[in-house]
Amino acid sequence: MKLKQLEGLLGDLEQFSNPKVELEQYPTGPHIASRMLFTAENSYGDITDKVVADFGCGCGTLSAAAALLDAASVIGFDIDPQSLETATLNAEELEVEIDFVQCDITKLELKGQIVNTVVMNPPFGTRKKGADMEFLSAAMKVASDAVYSLHKTSTREHIKRAALRDFNAKSAEVLCELRYDLPKLYKFHKRKEVDIAVDLWRFEPRQN
Amino acid sequence: MRLIVHNMLSCNIRGVVNKFPLRIEPEKVIVKEVDFNPDFLKHMIAKIDWKALVDGARSMGYPELPDHPPTTLESDESFLRKFHHSLLELNLEEGSLVCPETGRKFSVNKGIPNMLLHEDEV
Repeated sequence: MKLKQLEGLLGDLEQFSNPKVELEQYPTGPHIASRMLFTAENSYGDITDKVVADFGCGCGTLSAAAALLDAASVIGFDIDPQSLETATLNAEELEVEIDFVQCDITKLELKGQIVNTVVMNPPFGTRKKGADMEFLSAAMKVASDAVYSLHKTSTREHIKRAALRDFNAKSAEVLCELRYDLPKLYKFHKRKEVDIAVDLWRFEPRQN
Repeated sequence: MRLIVHNMLSCNIRGVVNKFPLRIEPEKVIVKEVDFNPDFLKHMIAKIDWKALVDGARSMGYPELPDHPPTTLESDESFLRKFHHSLLELNLEEGSLVCPETGRKFSVNKGIPNMLLHEDEV
C-alpha cells in the first residue's frame, strides 16, 4: 500500500465524539499515523506479518494503520469504553480484524513473548505527570522487537535517559520530528489550533 | 476476543499467584474468516502456551486441536489449518474470563474483555 492511500483511509475514521481531558484524548491524525506505521514497516519490517499492540489506542487509528499494512494480528488496549466502541466501528468500516481489550495500561501484565511490536501515541503527561513514562515502561515490557512512540520534543533528553537506564532499552532513536496539530478540543485551549513538536521514537528492548 | 489475545491475558489482582490461563465461559462465539498465513503460524507455535490454546478452543466448542503440536510442521497443512482456526478465527463475542484462583469474572461484551480491576484489587 502506498503512503498516500494509507493516509486517505485513516482520514475517514471516526474520532473522539466526547474527548476526556483527564485521559489526554487527542486524536492521532492521519498524517502522523500513516507516516509512523509506514516507517515502521518500510524501514524496519516491524508490522507486516507481526503481532502488533497499540497502547492507549483511543479510536484505533494506529491499530487500523497496522492492520491495513497486513499485521498478522493487531490488539488495541484502552481504558475508555466509548473510545473502544468507536474503534470497533472503525475496524468494521475498514473491514479489518482488530482485537480490543479494555484495561489500564499501567497495570497491564501480558504473558509470554507474543507481541512483536508496540505502537502508541501515549498521553504526553501534561495532565497526569508521568503518564507518558508509565506507558513507555509498559510497552518495553511487552514488545519483543520494537516500540514506536510519540513524545514531545521538549522531553527528548529525559525520554532517552529513562529508556536506556530504566526501561531496559538496547537502543532509543528519534526517527523524525513531526508537527502535531491539536485542534481546539477542550475549553482550556485558548487558541483555535496549536501545533506542537513531537518526536517519533523507535526503541529496541534488550530482551524480554 | 480471539484466542491469541486470551493467550496473553492473566488476572492481575494483587497477590494472585495462579493467574493464567483464564477459564472461558462462552455465551456467544462467532467465527470470522481471516487469511491463512502458514509462515506466521509456524513461527507462533513456539510462542503460544499450547495448553491454554487447546483448552480455550475446546471451551468455545472447537475440540479439534491435538494435546501437543506435531514436531515437524513442514507438510502438515491440516494441522496448521486447525491451529489457524483456533488462534485467529474463533471469537468470543459474549461471555466471561474467569480467574483460576479467585473465580473473579472479567466480562466480555461485544468481543471486548474488560480487564479493569476494582480499587481494592490493585
